Amino acid sequence: MGAQHHGDGHDPNLAHHFESADQQYQSAKLGMWVFLMTEILFFGGLFVAYTVYRVNHPEVFVFGAHFLDTALGALNTVVLIFSSFTMAWAVRAAQLKQIKLLKWLIIATMLCAFTFMGVKYVEYGAKWKHGLLWAAKYDHHVEHVEDHGKDSAMHEETPAIEPESAEPAETAEAVAAPVVDPDRSAIGPAAEGPHGLAVPEAVVETEVAPVEPANAKVFFSIYFLMTGLHGIHVLGGIAAMLWLLKCLARGDFDGGHFTRVDMVALYWHVVDLVWIYLFLLLYLID
Amino acid sequence: MTADTLTAGGDSAGNALETNYLNTGSGVLSWLFTLDHKRIGVMYLVAITASFLLGGIFALLVRTELWSTGQTIMTADAYNKMFTLHGAVMIFLFIIPGIPAALGNFVLPLMLGAKDVALPRMNLTSFWFWIVGASFALVSIIIGAVDTGWTFYTPYSTTTGTAVISITMGVFILGFSSIFTGLNFIVTIHKMRPEGMTWFKMPLFLWGLYSTAIIQVLATPVLGITLLLLIAERVLGVGIFDPALGGDPVLFQHFFWFYSHPAVYIMILPAMGVISELVSVFSGKHIFGYRFIAWSSIAIALLSFLVWGHHMFTSGQSGITNMIFSALTFSVAIPSAVKVFNWLATMYKGSIRLATPMLYVLSFLFLFAIGGLTGLFLGALSTDIHLHDTYFVVAHFHYVMFGGTVIAFLGGLHYWWPKMFGRMYSERWGQVSALLIFVGFNLTFFTQFVMGSHGMPRRYYNYVEEFTTLHRASTIGSYVLGFGFLIMAIYLIHSLFRGKPAPANPWGSATLEWETTSPPQAHNFDHELLAGDPYDLEALELDPDIDGWVRSDPQSIILSAGGSR
Repeated sequence: MGAQHHGDGHDPNLAHHFESADQQYQSAKLGMWVFLMTEILFFGGLFVAYTVYRVNHPEVFVFGAHFLDTALGALNTVVLIFSSFTMAWAVRAAQLKQIKLLKWLIIATMLCAFTFMGVKYVEYGAKWKHGLLWAAKYDHHVEHVEDHGKDSAMHEETPAIEPESAEPAETAEAVAAPVVDPDRSAIGPAAEGPHGLAVPEAVVETEVAPVEPANAKVFFSIYFLMTGLHGIHVLGGIAAMLWLLKCLARGDFDGGHFTRVDMVALYWHVVDLVWIYLFLLLYLID
Repeated sequence: MTADTLTAGGDSAGNALETNYLNTGSGVLSWLFTLDHKRIGVMYLVAITASFLLGGIFALLVRTELWSTGQTIMTADAYNKMFTLHGAVMIFLFIIPGIPAALGNFVLPLMLGAKDVALPRMNLTSFWFWIVGASFALVSIIIGAVDTGWTFYTPYSTTTGTAVISITMGVFILGFSSIFTGLNFIVTIHKMRPEGMTWFKMPLFLWGLYSTAIIQVLATPVLGITLLLLIAERVLGVGIFDPALGGDPVLFQHFFWFYSHPAVYIMILPAMGVISELVSVFSGKHIFGYRFIAWSSIAIALLSFLVWGHHMFTSGQSGITNMIFSALTFSVAIPSAVKVFNWLATMYKGSIRLATPMLYVLSFLFLFAIGGLTGLFLGALSTDIHLHDTYFVVAHFHYVMFGGTVIAFLGGLHYWWPKMFGRMYSERWGQVSALLIFVGFNLTFFTQFVMGSHGMPRRYYNYVEEFTTLHRASTIGSYVLGFGFLIMAIYLIHSLFRGKPAPANPWGSATLEWETTSPPQAHNFDHELLAGDPYDLEALELDPDIDGWVRSDPQSIILSAGGSR
């Protein structure tokens, strides 16, 4: 069975220790799935940390999530889902030996990845500007808070330094904008109820000052850890796609040898999937 | 593989080949960049042996310091670093990669009659990651070492001034090395079994490696993220483990033991696989209860994920949690005992040969039984409150890890040594050394059971006068142990140069790795093999001319379709 593969003209894509191309493909595929399992568990640690912290301090999450830009997050979600589509199509193209189409699909996927990172850069930049960083670096400048609000309105006149006094200025726009009512949070009645930024006027009038909960900064620790680790994986995906383009230019895929495209695609889908969970768990808390 | 290399091949009697994996390609680079699983296995063997030596030196220094109360040879701070380094080096650099990466890498493809593991590049990457990880650990040792204990518990590990980051980074990278090995073994066992080898005709060592690999890929990533969080905590101050920020230091313990408890089965499961091979061969009998041994490996692998909380009975977790973890802990004893009883039943009425590997099997059975049973003392809530953090715990895990894993590793090393290097070691010195190790080990650690039950806390620099005798006995034991290893090092190295050439099958084993020459050629086998019952020892007979065993019917394991080559 194996004898004929060791002649002169055997498939250059077939490693010497495999009996057949199918065995090689199946091995690569199983290996990839096992690797992806380890990836899920790797992220799993962070998801557990998230869960533990959120259960213990729900108000921190409700507060912190107001500073994330849901529109940008949603945009990135759409971008990644679209890139998963182009990547899946790329596998199909590789199987059908449509090399030119394959090339453009990989490039399209890469562009999506770059778009994602670009949007992430904008988001991180805004957080950096306003000191919304992980715990030790957290230095929340309240006068800039509005930049992060879900409505992105600018209210430079806010003079206050303390979060409590910042809120009234914001309520002006909170009336017009879709109101985020923390009291109706799915979290339920946390002891130190969530007093987010976009507090309805009524609440302010009753002089319940919306306060930043203790240790709100840890929300941003978790945010940066989770999205940062995910971002590193996106960069890894970009590197993998560059490698695919190199293989493609070398003509490796001309014979319909699509294993590598398939493996990168599997990886890319998991990166996409993780982001969908991150979007749900970090941006859409309220 | 081409026809001309085959003509140079050994005959069926297994006379040594002129070319084998050791001399195909020469120079350091031909080793460092090899994709050959055998060479990678040998490199791993050298690397982990060096680590074992290093960890052993730390251990001897710790024991020497404990010779008398107060300062003997080092300060208290230095002592804290010594026991930390002993633990970290032994666990992460030696015992976790020990059997799978060194012996497993060498033996697994041979047992499958395959040319290599499924993913040879990943295999080499695994070794390189080990080197990089070990370098980080060494850097940590050089720039000031760590004093946290090998468990890196928060909050101490996030506040101590010692070199925590570099060693945790090292352990993080070593984790990838371990994952890659496990992943490779899973794929290889799934996809590369030869004709005739169904899952339940696999040698039990492969079941051991397979269940180990499951744990490696499922548990190690969690350690990875835990260590990253620890590093992030130290570098960035993220607060997940910091109570001042609402974080939870006990969460670190949960994360850590979610990996590190399964990790002790990463250590013991392949050892049990080794014992399963050896006990059958040296009892001259078919293994007893094959399916029970195979399934118990899987059972242990799965149960291992459910018992981490038994490290935390005194951490303040709820009483009901403690009870559940305690009950689950007891359940692990069942598959472990299933194995031990099956091994004993294999020996029963066998014709036992007390060759060096078998001496290690007997050592293992004795020591593992003690280690396992004392585990029940610690799994029981009421006794654990008394014994927690005492020398009893230290003695328990040394009986399991050293008395179990290291002893089985030594047994496996002596068993496969002729296959790896084509030379026989001195049987007499092998027996002397095995005996010294057995005696030295018991002297070192049995005394610690006694001290622990009398309340001697672990990791303490000083102790009250009445423990002096027992501490000294333990220290003397550790010297005896070290001396046993010294003898072993001498006769094994001697055998490489002066040892009698080994026949292909010196022990009369029926697994496939003995069907090739000793040492094997670069591509392992001349022909495709047809796997039969791996414990059908009746199929072999001793050939006095070569002092080795041959198959009565050599054609029975050759797959006819590929046999013409």
